[in-house]
Amino acid sequence: MGKRLKILTNGIIKENPVLVLLLGTCPTLATTSMAINGLGMGVAATVVLMCSNLAISLLKKIIPDKVRIPCYIVVIAGFVTVVQFLVKAFAQDLDKALGIFLPLIVVNCIILGRAEMFASKNGPVDSVLDGLGMGLGFTLALTLIGSVREILGAGTWMSGTPFMVDLTGILSTPMSIFTLAPGGFFVFGCMIALINKLTKGKAIKKKEFGCANCPNASSCGAAKGGC
Amino acid sequence: MKEMMIILFSAILTENFILAKFMGICPFLGVSKKLDSAVGMSVAVTFVMAMATAVTWPIYTYLLVPNGLDYLQTVVFILVIAALVQLVEIILKKYVPALHKSLGIYLPLITTNCAVLGVTMLNISKELNFAESMVNAVGAGLGFLLAMVLFCGVRQRLEDIDTPECFKGIPITLIAASIVSVSFMGFGGLVEGLFK
Repeated sequence: MGKRLKILTNGIIKENPVLVLLLGTCPTLATTSMAINGLGMGVAATVVLMCSNLAISLLKKIIPDKVRIPCYIVVIAGFVTVVQFLVKAFAQDLDKALGIFLPLIVVNCIILGRAEMFASKNGPVDSVLDGLGMGLGFTLALTLIGSVREILGAGTWMSGTPFMVDLTGILSTPMSIFTLAPGGFFVFGCMIALINKLTKGKAIKKKEFGCANCPNASSCGAAKGGC
Repeated sequence: MKEMMIILFSAILTENFILAKFMGICPFLGVSKKLDSAVGMSVAVTFVMAMATAVTWPIYTYLLVPNGLDYLQTVVFILVIAALVQLVEIILKKYVPALHKSLGIYLPLITTNCAVLGVTMLNISKELNFAESMVNAVGAGLGFLLAMVLFCGVRQRLEDIDTPECFKGIPITLIAASIVSVSFMGFGGLVEGLFK
């Protein structure tokens, strides 16, 4: 049981895909203009991640090794299409806010990375737990960045939900640049600097962006596909 | 013609893929350290974007839509792009080895680059016709090139400055990207004004 719990929490803190492994930067920056959008993106990716991890761990003996990456991509694309339709049917506002980034979950390197690194080597239960943990870590990071950007940029928190908190009375003037593109880069950069400071530079192994020390390198190179 | 110019220049400046739309952030931050690799990567991306659009647009319009299969867009597009990149690589290797030598190493990296899949999907969702889609794809690629080259210059300066310990490496790169992104916001409204 302890081992299973470890698999689940691994993705949330120790190997948080966004804040520690620095994967999936595109959706991280693009969908966090508001906390609720970050949360929605996170949940959508979590569902895809759990389903694709389950399917791939079940199919791992059938899929020939040489064409495994295209097979993984087809499995992932199938689940992304399912999620896309569910979001379109039940959460139209979210569909509008996420726009093209919803189908782009297909090329999110976290999902392909977990398929290659975990699901193709482990059993179905562990793979689903790993998917859930990584997905929760992704969701948590996106919601956190989204919250910072929304509070600083719009003066609200979770607007568009029943739990909306209006802080415009306390924060005199919201700086709307935080909800725009530059704010995304800025908040993400500061967040990583903060983690470096708190853990004295130990948590984040990757010192530079690039493929050399990317944790996904194995699946990337084999995939002939990158992040 | 006017519409084409508007599509081209908005794709390059106001709707820059990297700095306004956040697509292709990984190559932007990963390969922008040296000018030659930044240019090589961007040229390869532009090339693949144009090729991918030239293939996916007809497939969507003449194959998927008439058969009521447009919901397969995501699955079909990613497979077509992956196969296309492999094919281009093989052809270049055989017939244009010089070009393969300079672009070849970047081609595999961009199969699942979200900018390439993104541009083909945007063309469909914006309901552009074939010519407009091609212009949009080339514009997006040129915008990618512009952002990469500019940011490369910024990053070479970053190497020499004295950054606080915790900001070294990735954080300062992101903050520099944020400032470059601010400068691109200045183009807002410019394109519509130019071609009015």
